[in-house]
This record gives sequence, C-alpha cells and structure tokens, in this order.
Amino acid sequence: MTPPLLELADLVRHFPLRNAFGHRVGWLRAVDGVSLAVHPGETLGLVGESGCGKSTLGKTVMGIYTPTAGDIRFAGREIGRLAKRERRAVAKDLQYVYQDPGASLDPRWKVGPLLHEPLRIHTRLSRAEREREVRAILAAVGLPDAHLDLYPHELSGGQQRRVGLARILTLRPRLVILDEPTSGLDVSVQASVLKLFRSLQETFALTYVFISHDLSVVRAMCARIAVMYLGKIVELGDTAAVFEKPRHPYTQSLLAAVPLIGARRISQDFRLEGEPPNPRDVPSGCRFRTRCPLAQARCAEEEPALRPLDGRTVACHFA
Amino acid sequence: MAELLAVRGLRVEFATDRGPAQVLDAINLDVGPGEVVGLVGESGCGKTTLARAILGVLPEGPARIRGGEVRFKGTDLLREDPATVNDRVRGRAITFIPQDPFTSFSPVFSVETQIMDLMKWKSPRATNGGPSPLLGRYPAARYRADREAVLATLRDVQIPEPARALRRLPHEFSGGQRQRLMIAMALLPRPDLIIADEPTTALDVTIQAQILKLLRALVKERGVSVLFTTHDLGTAHEICDRVVVMYAGQEMEAAPTEAFFGRPAHPYTRSLLASVPSAGGEIRDIPGEVPSLVAPPSGCRFHPRCEYATAECREVRPAPSMLAGGHGVRCHHPIVGADA
Repeated sequence: MTPPLLELADLVRHFPLRNAFGHRVGWLRAVDGVSLAVHPGETLGLVGESGCGKSTLGKTVMGIYTPTAGDIRFAGREIGRLAKRERRAVAKDLQYVYQDPGASLDPRWKVGPLLHEPLRIHTRLSRAEREREVRAILAAVGLPDAHLDLYPHELSGGQQRRVGLARILTLRPRLVILDEPTSGLDVSVQASVLKLFRSLQETFALTYVFISHDLSVVRAMCARIAVMYLGKIVELGDTAAVFEKPRHPYTQSLLAAVPLIGARRISQDFRLEGEPPNPRDVPSGCRFRTRCPLAQARCAEEEPALRPLDGRTVACHFA
Repeated sequence: MAELLAVRGLRVEFATDRGPAQVLDAINLDVGPGEVVGLVGESGCGKTTLARAILGVLPEGPARIRGGEVRFKGTDLLREDPATVNDRVRGRAITFIPQDPFTSFSPVFSVETQIMDLMKWKSPRATNGGPSPLLGRYPAARYRADREAVLATLRDVQIPEPARALRRLPHEFSGGQRQRLMIAMALLPRPDLIIADEPTTALDVTIQAQILKLLRALVKERGVSVLFTTHDLGTAHEICDRVVVMYAGQEMEAAPTEAFFGRPAHPYTRSLLASVPSAGGEIRDIPGEVPSLVAPPSGCRFHPRCEYATAECREVRPAPSMLAGGHGVRCHHPIVGADA
C-alpha cells in the first residue's frame, strides 16, 4: 500500500476563552486529539454538525491555525511546526476551497491576471509559460479563453466559482481541502459542481478532504468517511460500510436524521433528543453520553478510544 | 376536496433596473384543510414571493400584482379591504414561520415581552382585532388566559421550564430552541394556515429531524394546514402530504407526495429528482442555466432545457391537465405510465 499523503497524529487545536479583562478563563477544545490518514487519490469525507470542529481541523492542516499539539505529516514530512519560509514552500501543494470560491476573486482584476498571480508568486515560469498553463487550466474547468479578458462581475455565479477553482488549480496542488463546497446550492447546481470536482480529480490526480454536513453528498463523493462529534472522531471507515451499518450511536442517529426520498419517514421513528453540548464545556468521558441511548456509568468515567471493529474504527464502549 | 386556500392565475412583477421581472407567471396553487403542502423549487423560482403574496407582505416599492386572485375561505384577499385582512387574516388565520430563527427576534426584549405583544393583538380570545392602537390597553383577564395558553403551547413545542424560558432573552436560546419558539408563536393565534418559509434550512440535520417531527405532529393534531416552502426535496418528502414544484415563476406539477416522487410526470421534476445525489451513483445535472425573469422564455419556461421540447412548448404555456389521483401537471408532453 502506498504511504498516506497526509497523516494526522493526535492533532489538537484549542482556542483560549478570555473574559472581559483579557484573562484566560478556559479552553475551547475545537479539535481534541484527531488521528487519521488520507491516501493519494482518494476523497475522504469529514462530516459532523456545526461546531464539531471539522473546519478547524481543515484550517489547522492548511496552516491557517497552528496546532496546539500533535503532528501533521504531509508527504512524509512534519509540516505543523515549520518556520514561515519553509511552510510557504509547502503551501502550494495544499489548497483550501471555501464555500464559495467565486467570492474570493478581486472585483477589480480581470480573470487573466487573477489566474497568473499564484504562478507569479510561487513559480519561476516565464510569462509565455504561465499563459499556456493558465489557458490549460481554464479549459479544464470548462471556460472559454475569451473569459480571460472579463471582470468577475461579468460572469455568472457558476462561472465565478469555476474561476475560483481554476485559481487554486494553477499551482497543481496535491491535496485540496473542500470546506462545505456545496452548502446553500440547489440540487441541480450542486450536481454540476460535484461533477466538476470529480473530473478535476481525474485530470489533476487530486486528493480531496471533503468537509460537509450533507451526508447524501458525502455518500456520493467519498470512498471513506470520518464522523466527528465535539472535536473527536467517533467513527471512521468505508463510506458504503458505515452507511450500511453504522456502529457508533451518534453515526446511527446522524444517518437516521437524513430525510431520504422514498424511504420511511424519520418523523415517525427519529429518537435522538437534545442538542450538542457547548464545546466550551465538554462532558467527561465519552462526549456523546449526554444524548446517547446506550450510555451507562462507565461512559462518564472513561473516554472510549478508537478501536477496530467490523472493518472500521469506532470510539464507543458498547458499539 | 374542500378548499382553504386557492391561488388562481397570480401574476407578480418586480421592477428592476433592466425592466420588470416577471417573478410569478399565472400561478395556481391549492391548499386543502389540514393538508401539509410542500412548495419546492430552486432559488429564484418564486417560492418565497408566492408565500409573501399570500400573506400580503410583498415589498411595497418594487412589487406589482398584475392579476389573479388569492382566495382564502372564499374571499379574495387581494380585493378585500386591507384593514379587514390585517385584522382577521394576517397573523391570525394565516401565520408565518420564518427561515432564519436567529434574526427574527428582537435581541433587546425578553421572549415573554415579544410573545405577549403578539398575543395582545392576535390572540384568538381578542375580539375585533385587539385593543385600539392608541389606547393600547390589554385587559387583565385576557392577559391571564393568554399567558396560560402561551405556557401550554411552549410545553407542546417541548421548551423545558416554560415559565423560566419566558424571562430569558433570545440569544440565550440555541437555533433549534428559537425555531421551536417560532412554531409556538405561529400556533398561538390558532390559525387555519401556517406558511413556513424554509423553516429548517438554517439547522443541523439532527435538529432538523426533531423540528420536522414536532411540526408535523402538532399541525396534524390541531388540523392546521401548512404551506411549506423548501429547496430540499428530502425534507419535502419527509413532511408533506402533497408537493408542488415551481420553475422560474411557473408551477409545473402538483401531486400527492408518493406520486410526486414515485411517478413524476413533468420532465423538470424528473431532472430535479435525478440530480439528488445517490449512493456511489452517477451524478446527473440539468444542462443549461435558470433563465432570467426579465426576459423569460416564451411558452413553458423550462423549454430551453427540456429534452422533450417542441415548437408547441415554445409558443403556448401548457394548460393544467389532471392525471389519476389528484396529480396535476402542466406539460404538453407529460411522461405517463413509467416509474421514475
């Protein structure tokens, strides 16, 4: 088996909580000991509800946040604690796609210069070489050359999104973190965007980390899936197996909550009560125990470790 | 079927810089008593405009109603005296659940103040529209009865410790709790119809499931009708008895939930359902883009993207036709007899 492209070992990112006088009064444990591996060419889905730490995890890997503890190994090299200059050399291999990549285009720049800029900063290509590269990328995202002379506002929303993606791809990254790339889109537009992601993955041999709260999208796009709850991974395994037979009680409730066309109505048998606790004040032991139907005394005392079960890993005493 | 709400041939235009946008093009819509009707469609198809036109709260400047009627219990709300509509219908017989529970409360007043303000004017016990706006007195006996009703309704929407909850400020509630409060406020005037505009879009999926379950149970128990707009087809399947699909300001198909998802007859409904991601399957999109409403396509507005389109579709908008089992479709070439 090929070595993983990205490997996280006990990655921790805490944010200090301060009172009105600037004194630290506690920690917000956004990411609290996450270990996982992403293999070259795969799409790993990262799912969970708002506030579970999935975006913090993505941004910590990207270097937008520095890790509080733990290792980030990218292509065999520790990148979490590199000096600024060395970290910058890694930056072009790792790219982050925000919810709407089109919104990050400078309205006063034409598409051509926008696409040239990353190459000017990160490579030593000549102007002609850059132009060739830019045209190739633009074709790959399905836009005509004529668009190089347009301003972002002259494009439709979908075309802006494509330019935003082209801008990320000009550097030929190896790992792309997609943070909620389809939330807020209509299903038919979402389908076009997902198709584009798939074809780009083939063309450029990309590895994706796909952060989403939409389980049906993750199911369609990802071979493996990691489920997060309050800063920890509770279940990680092949998407098909996890969807077929979820083992962690949280994964079970999460899957049961997704409205499916043609299936039973969840409003008849959905059982999960309550809301996720505040991440400032994480329950002792297993974090899910306050809402878990299986919870017992042991869950409050002992935090379950991820253990192999049924061809995947699950963090639960009773799964 | 007895009718509660019947929208007929409603046309609404919005003035824009590039000319009038024809946002609703002769829309028909029916909601029966006790029925949960889903209004689905992509952003910009006019769902929210239709919901607001029924409530009579279209933005006054740009919006123009160009024709049609909104019949509610036999009276046309568009031609009725506005003061009467305000008094008897809006906020009483027809109430509203907004999309965003985060911005729908005022942050500076307690929940109690805000709910009791609603009850002062819209309580079912208030006769002829509550106290006069100038004197503004709230009779003490009615206040007590209303407050009891508020506490009982908060218990129904499963707000823990309702009496204490009332004293809190909106920011002390989570998004799911605030949406529960909104549902309580929509139920309190004992309406005949609730218009819910994407009420679960802003919520996480487990909270959404709780809210949908609660909403369906409460309205079925009280026999209240709901017009539920959403762009999420799964949610529509979850909660609705009947589904209406809109595209670019025209209604395309209206059918009981099972027939809508199982035997869609309109090509647009079929493409829309096919673009829902399925397990490991192929992803299918709808070629082309949603048309501009300033210069919309003639005839059936879906024809530029429709594989069945003929010359007829470009010229004439199809009239509503009825298939078996209350399944209505507006298409010259409906797909009948085959399963999806």
